[in-house]
Amino acid sequence: MSATAGAAAGAGYAADQQSGGGLVIALLLPIALVNLVGFLLPVVNLALISLQEVQASGAMTGGWSTAKWVSVVTDDFYWELLWNTIRTSLGITLATLLVSYPIALYLHRSSGLWRSVLLVMVISPLLLSAVVRTYGWIAILSDQGVVNSVLKAFGAAEPWRLMFNLTGVTIGLTEILMPYMILALVAGFGRLDPRAEEAAATLGASPFRVFRRIVLPLSVPGIALGSLLTFVLAVSSFITPKLLGGGRVFLLATEVYDQAIVTLDWPLAATLSMIVLVVFGIAIAVYGRLVRSIG
Amino acid sequence: MDKPPISPALKILAAVAFLFLLAPVLIVVPLSFSGDVFMSFPPKSWSGRWYAAILQNPKMLEAFLFSVKLAAGVTVVNLAIAVPAGYALVRLAPRGAEAMTSLFTAPLLLPTIVLGLAMLIIFARIGLLATVPGLFVAHLVVTLPYVLRVVSTALSTLPVAVEEAAATLGAAPATVFRRVTLPMMLPGLVAAGALSFLVSFDEVVLSLFMSGPRLSTLPVEMYHHVESRADPLVAAISVLLVVFTLAIVIVVDRSLGLAKTFVK
Repeated sequence: MSATAGAAAGAGYAADQQSGGGLVIALLLPIALVNLVGFLLPVVNLALISLQEVQASGAMTGGWSTAKWVSVVTDDFYWELLWNTIRTSLGITLATLLVSYPIALYLHRSSGLWRSVLLVMVISPLLLSAVVRTYGWIAILSDQGVVNSVLKAFGAAEPWRLMFNLTGVTIGLTEILMPYMILALVAGFGRLDPRAEEAAATLGASPFRVFRRIVLPLSVPGIALGSLLTFVLAVSSFITPKLLGGGRVFLLATEVYDQAIVTLDWPLAATLSMIVLVVFGIAIAVYGRLVRSIG
Repeated sequence: MDKPPISPALKILAAVAFLFLLAPVLIVVPLSFSGDVFMSFPPKSWSGRWYAAILQNPKMLEAFLFSVKLAAGVTVVNLAIAVPAGYALVRLAPRGAEAMTSLFTAPLLLPTIVLGLAMLIIFARIGLLATVPGLFVAHLVVTLPYVLRVVSTALSTLPVAVEEAAATLGAAPATVFRRVTLPMMLPGLVAAGALSFLVSFDEVVLSLFMSGPRLSTLPVEMYHHVESRADPLVAAISVLLVVFTLAIVIVVDRSLGLAKTFVK
């Protein structure tokens, strides 16, 4: 029995058994309460906060004002911040795709126990705090880290600055976001028919040609979904940029945190986080158009 | 169907990519046995001093204990909320069940930095910042969608015929649920519980917003430590965390297969 058929039959069976609405409401009340108090109210409130009037002292007056939006939109710093964030996130998405693709293709072609072991290896970093993995990258990329000790052994006089700049943030986030990309790609490979590859090979296509003409075009949906996921996660991540950027890399998410926790300018933090959501919306819209255009 | 052979070029590329993926986790193991005061690689001397240092660090120990208690409490409450909700949405299938499921899983779609700020502002107003209830609600909100999803999936894949049989034989709905449905979805509950525990235990962004100098979780303490000092202490903690996480994953895998939980 398929899952949907099971659910439908279950609904019918349940409808016979239960008297109706009261029970449903009672069962859903706790989750609705958590959602309301912990999610809906705070998020609606956040959207409103960006439109609050603020005194010079920083206290909110209770009046309405678009002052924060105007000051953000007219300040070149925030435009640069936005552009920086989008450019960096696009670069990270591309890098993540390039390193994830071979793993996903390998997973798709392997089978049995070996495939399960590899899948667990791909998923398990997800279960490990970003703090731990970022710390690992500090050990690799810092001036006394793995890369620079090797370079020093080969006679390099000056350490190669791989941290506290965009390079470090890009390397760290690329690795941290890989599992999401790999899972999206593997799911996308599901529609790749091995017979199509076999047919092309039989007709004399070289392995690279089979890859370029058959495998790559058929995996575009997986690539699109993985890229969307990676991009939005890159835009909103801040633990890794904060630790590997060392306060020298400015991105939207790190700025939201600084304004909220350090400067305590909540309306500004709220405005910036609304901009994060706008970037999200645009990314999803672009993805939607792309998916429609490739059918 | 036979799968196409794997070319040597793909093997090499995949191996290099795997090395890149696992590099940060692999590097903390040797680093945790460093005898140096500062983080450097390779270490100039080897020792277990950083493992001993954990035991002498009351802040980390306290944060670890709090993280475990918080994650355990969140998991119990999660299951208590998600099982009835999943049952109502999947089995009783009320009108608008799909829309409600979307609403209840929506917190996953919102970036945690935005959700954290939203909670910070409203929780500050009602005095919940840096309190146990504040952190508890924050963790509940982000882990509940995972639990609801796993519970719903587990429910919708169960054969309804067994439940129907029990009902036909005269069992009351509550008895059917307790004696038939619940035992059958036990593997799903184990998976949901483990996921809830691990996600709560690792959650750092929301915790950073909600914690204070007197109350914080282990990932938050580690974050602050890494931000201010470059020593191998966090490497030693990380190795213990990897072992801790692996233990949970193995328990879940033994009971139902990890790959099945995440990749259908």
